Amino acid sequence: MPPFTRKNRHILPGFGLSMGYTVFYLSAIVIVPLATIVIGSFNMDQQAFIATVTSPRVLASYRLSISTAIVAALFNAIFGFLSAWTLVRYRFPGRRVLDAMVDLPFALPTAVAGICFATLYSPVGWIGQLLAKADIQLINAPSGIVIALIFIGFPFVVRTIQPVLAELEPEIEESAQSLGATRWQTFRRILLPHLFPALLTGVTLSFARGIGEYGSVIFIAGNLPFKTEIAPLMIMTKLDQFDYDGASAVALVLLLISFSMLLVLNGVQRWQQKSYR
Amino acid sequence: MQHSITRKTGRGTRQSRNDHPAVQALLIVLTILFFAAFIFMPLALVFAEGFRKGVGLYLESIREPFALAAVKLTLITAAIVVPLNAVFGVTAAWAVSKFSFRGKTLLVSLLDLPFAVSPVIAGLIFVLLAGSRTAFGSWLADHGIRIIFSTPGIVIATLFVTFPFVARELIPLMESQGREEEEAAITLGARGWQVFSVITLPNIRWGVMYGMILCMARSIGEFGAVSVVSGHIRGMTNTIPLHVEILYSEYNYAASFAVASILVFLALVTVALKAIVEQRVHIHQRNNPS
Repeated sequence: MPPFTRKNRHILPGFGLSMGYTVFYLSAIVIVPLATIVIGSFNMDQQAFIATVTSPRVLASYRLSISTAIVAALFNAIFGFLSAWTLVRYRFPGRRVLDAMVDLPFALPTAVAGICFATLYSPVGWIGQLLAKADIQLINAPSGIVIALIFIGFPFVVRTIQPVLAELEPEIEESAQSLGATRWQTFRRILLPHLFPALLTGVTLSFARGIGEYGSVIFIAGNLPFKTEIAPLMIMTKLDQFDYDGASAVALVLLLISFSMLLVLNGVQRWQQKSYR
Repeated sequence: MQHSITRKTGRGTRQSRNDHPAVQALLIVLTILFFAAFIFMPLALVFAEGFRKGVGLYLESIREPFALAAVKLTLITAAIVVPLNAVFGVTAAWAVSKFSFRGKTLLVSLLDLPFAVSPVIAGLIFVLLAGSRTAFGSWLADHGIRIIFSTPGIVIATLFVTFPFVARELIPLMESQGREEEEAAITLGARGWQVFSVITLPNIRWGVMYGMILCMARSIGEFGAVSVVSGHIRGMTNTIPLHVEILYSEYNYAASFAVASILVFLALVTVALKAIVEQRVHIHQRNNPS
């Protein structure tokens, strides 16, 4: 197959310039810096690398980051779906305000979210003092991390389901109903399967964001080694001790986890596009 | 516009789509409760805590020199980062949407890469890159250039985390608009720059705005990445979110929330602007069906 023949004749100008600048800027800001960490880890003593990433404290931090991100993503699957449904289907006062506020977690700095939730759920906070009466404490525990991650991941689920739900043709539901399906059957057998790929995309995005999240979590988690120390904090701790090799090792494994999530996401999105065609 | 409104309400009143009123009420109440607990309470709390020790202390907290220095550094960072990433976003979207070439899918996925990287790692890579162990790092040291624990480091880390915003907003928009208009202009003898400024730019201006708003919000609020590279030197390398953290960790809650309220205010402005621009983008797309 001849690569550079007629295909390369563009009508519009600026291909060389725009492509060149894009590749240059992408390399300078993203690719080269990311490559340093990968190349740096090749120069690292292999045994030291493995010892670092399999040490009990580091393993505990991976486990914590992954498990809290999963729980938060599942919670968001339910409440994100619910919110998207109400915002698209029902008309009620304040709907437009709620709709706009879905984006607040994108816009609010994570550190602010962190101190807010830490204060709200502290034993003297607005919600925390109610929970304290029932002897429940959510902060300084994995549940606190989950609270922060729910907030961070919520918009991803709502914003991926909303457009699909809004584009849904009413005929689909009408025909189901005219064939004698109940409202619940229509939802369960027709709507949910149709919305599922979008839901999965949103949940994966929320999960991927949750694994790497730092700012909102550290204020509410308590940051106790083995118990409430998330993986990104582990990197920070190693950096503070000037253990650059250790920090890179922990980071590299976390990067690999995130990139495999990205691959999964790509697969999910391709499936989503196919099923909506 | 008119068309869409009637269609919307028409859809809403279709018999088949009407859930039982009790179901509707229940779901609406649940949604509102969720929003109350996760969105509105945190917002209310910031102002309640910020003003807890009186308006005097609130104003003092946001007017003291360290707070002002943090605001200044944050604004400088955003003023550098947003235009750079906007120019890149437009360029990348032009290359991707107006031409076909091999490896386009790969390029588009690479553009999204920073979103998959934990902010802490985003900071770490620049600490490593500018550290004494790389050739680049030693070159910087020989020439007496400081990146880490100074403003350039904060700017670069912020560039990285906000890198995809404008590009990923524009690529689908420009792809849906196609290239017929531009090609017609070229055929009629327009020059490259004319085509871009007269045809393309007006078509994408709201999309650019939208991406820049997101980029700006993130660059003002970025915490993890900036926290790694900044060194937390008060009055020197402290951005607003880092200043909030320091005050909080010193148990100076009232001041911390007072400064945080600036960020909340900016976030609310962002959300409002986003909603307005979003509407604009939709109207624009409807008036120019591709």
